Amino acid sequence: MILSLFNLLIFPGFLFLSLFGLAMEFVDRKLYARMQNRIGPPWFQPFADFIKLAAKEEIIPEEADPVMFRLMPVFALTAVVTAFFYIPLWGTHSLFAFNGDLIVVIYLLTLPTLAFFLAGWHSTSLFAMIGATRTLTQLFAYEVPLFMAVLAPALLAGTWSLSEMTVFYQVHPAYAGFNIIGFIVALIAIQGKLERVPFDIPEAETEIVGGTFTEYSGRLLAMFRMAIDIEAVVCASLVAAVFLPFGFGLGPAWGFVIYVFKVLIIIALLALLRTVLARLRIEQMTIFCWKVVAPAALLQLLINLILSGVL
Amino acid sequence: MANIKIPIGPQHPALKEPESFSITLNGETIISMDMRLGYNHRGIEKACEERTYIQAMYLVERVCGICSHSHSTCFIQAVEEIAGLAVPPRALYIRTIVSELERMHSHLLWLGVAGHEIGFDTLLMYSWRDREVVMDTLAALTGNRVNYGINTFGGVRRDISKEQLDGLLKTMDVLEERTKYYIEVASQEMTLIKRLSGVGYLSHEDAVKLGAVGPTGRASNVDADVRRDDPYLAYKDIEFKVITDTHNDVFGRTLVRVGELMQSYSMIRQLVAKIPEGPVTVKAPRKMPAGEALSRYEAPRGEDVHYVKANGTDKAERVKIRAPTLANLQSVAKMMENNRLADVPIIIAAIDPCFSCTDRMVQIKHADHGRQETLSWQALHAQSLEWYRKQGVDFADLNAKMSRRMKI
Amino acid sequence: MIKPGKMVREVLKSLFLKPATILYPYVHVQMPDRFRGKIKFISSRCIGCKLCMRDCPTNAITITKVGDKQFQAEFDLDKCVYCAQCVDTCPKKALEATVEFELAQLKRGKLKVTFHAEPMPSAAPAAIAESAATSHPAAGA
Repeated sequence: MILSLFNLLIFPGFLFLSLFGLAMEFVDRKLYARMQNRIGPPWFQPFADFIKLAAKEEIIPEEADPVMFRLMPVFALTAVVTAFFYIPLWGTHSLFAFNGDLIVVIYLLTLPTLAFFLAGWHSTSLFAMIGATRTLTQLFAYEVPLFMAVLAPALLAGTWSLSEMTVFYQVHPAYAGFNIIGFIVALIAIQGKLERVPFDIPEAETEIVGGTFTEYSGRLLAMFRMAIDIEAVVCASLVAAVFLPFGFGLGPAWGFVIYVFKVLIIIALLALLRTVLARLRIEQMTIFCWKVVAPAALLQLLINLILSGVL
Repeated sequence: MANIKIPIGPQHPALKEPESFSITLNGETIISMDMRLGYNHRGIEKACEERTYIQAMYLVERVCGICSHSHSTCFIQAVEEIAGLAVPPRALYIRTIVSELERMHSHLLWLGVAGHEIGFDTLLMYSWRDREVVMDTLAALTGNRVNYGINTFGGVRRDISKEQLDGLLKTMDVLEERTKYYIEVASQEMTLIKRLSGVGYLSHEDAVKLGAVGPTGRASNVDADVRRDDPYLAYKDIEFKVITDTHNDVFGRTLVRVGELMQSYSMIRQLVAKIPEGPVTVKAPRKMPAGEALSRYEAPRGEDVHYVKANGTDKAERVKIRAPTLANLQSVAKMMENNRLADVPIIIAAIDPCFSCTDRMVQIKHADHGRQETLSWQALHAQSLEWYRKQGVDFADLNAKMSRRMKI
Repeated sequence: MIKPGKMVREVLKSLFLKPATILYPYVHVQMPDRFRGKIKFISSRCIGCKLCMRDCPTNAITITKVGDKQFQAEFDLDKCVYCAQCVDTCPKKALEATVEFELAQLKRGKLKVTFHAEPMPSAAPAAIAESAATSHPAAGA
């Protein structure tokens, strides 16, 4: 009981995740800056930003629905933290594993996007509502490729459990090489999920100010920002567990180092993506996702379907 | 989905200056656009009449933060024509060098802003980093980064030394290499092309009809450039191409500007090679003889026009400034047609607008009786207080309240 | 060829370059020699013609006579636009532009700088300007 509470709240639960998420935000921002030939922020910048935001007054618009307005940040934050417990991190078994947890994780990762949508919708401001509809439009474009990309390795492993998948790839490490298309598709889809360039359409500041979060301020905004930081870490962990299933058998200490390393690589790849691309328009984004990314994910499914029959 | 109206401005992240665009949307598609100017009126033309020519020169230089040399040179050309001053050739060459350097920093700035508007911040950071080279050169040559203050009646205030001219050539090599890279990026990066091409279409006929000037017009194949058509300064001595494009969209405007950058580098090289020796200034009178003059100048954003009327005193009787943005603003509404909300910032940015240069005076037309009236500052103040009182907020004694609070 | 990610090589190269930005204000920025910054007044050269007052576009200079052939100058730094026209106008070179540009203040009063007249015309001009800028009336008395 006490161990479970410790796991949930301290390690590898909420506290660890928050700190890790902020640290990864720093890595992302620093890399982004260095790639643009700037100095970039000091290491404590994300922490300072968070503390400053949390200390500020929160303003709720008169027209907004106060309950939904307050509830959505908490909702988003809880969903991403929960998803984390089902992902194998540095051992082959996650904290709470059961058969089918892969599906649950993907659904839990959809919840924050829905929370963003509802938050924007209930803000009742023009910019927030346009941002909200864009969030939802975008969700339908990247979610299907992401599902297919993540399910393909599971198909090869013949299980719906993330933990059992890692065990499978632990036995057959070479098989992970077949999932390279899925890996790329997942990276692109995650960029959309995290609403970063080129898919930062829902919060494109030069078009619709703050997008979904236009009306948010203070603690509630801080919570949203934290949810996005943690979501980045959780998504990176999921991709690491599914597509980079290496180094699980080396004990907790080495396992942890390798896990952090894998997350760093994925965060660096995501940072590179947002550095070299321009923001797309919403219709360009959906066309790209359905005409390029979704067929690629389908191809991966097909390959794995044939492979699972052959091997 | 029903039509919705969204306000872009007066305060909006996409706009660097206050201006109001009210956009009617159907989903993401623009139905129509309504524009309101006048948030930035500074009364510069009137203020010029209250100041001596020398004082007015520095005021005119501050019409625009980016094309400061354009406005000051344009104004000075008009006054020099009235006074019949023969400006020494070396001074004309120095003015031309500064004018082309200004075009470089303006176009590099625009490239960065365009990158930012389409969410491509890396392009912004790179092009502004390279722009810094031009800014530092300008600071070393003229004494300041933005308001150069190089002009004076009858010449320029500072000479350029031999070493500085040599340094200038080296700077041009660096910038040329960087600009070639940007041309490569602009013509090969897919996301950039996707966001720029086909956006903000302005046909050649519309560009002519709406009087688009500068790169905005030239991107719609309007082959007009004051530097070639009506040479001033030292432009008749050097060779250059007027860059035009037939894309008619934002992508074309980008190509025109980047192409003009390359032309500017070659111009600076020719100017440095040909610059004559001699004095840089002749003595100018404090009182200008009566007369009037109109002066044209190809600013980075397009044709700038100044009109000066002198009456024999040391103050101008009338100064009229037509900034290039005023000529281009009409075409923005046309460009918006059939585009999407996401394109609004880049379409506005593509004319490289400078709203405060453009704003002149507000005249209010009453909706009910159609009469025009001009409100005084006091009347406007009283009206705003009344409006807020009706909303339940009393700002009348705001200043008193604030000062009381500040003391506590 | 049109493809996404044209800048990948450039940004990866930048990762190992020295940053183009600096940690201002922790790192000092030096302006070029001919920069037009804060204006310095050298009282011993002033003849009180007040041409600078006439030409100043913003009326930021006030020259007052404080004694026989002694003049003091008052600058409103919040009005000054640093065009240095006064430096060009002055027939006796009593005004000079410095490279000092960090002039922001929290109190408006501090933006009024007075250069007091020197008591003895033979004193070194630079030293006077330094002590005078502290707005201490008894400086060098």
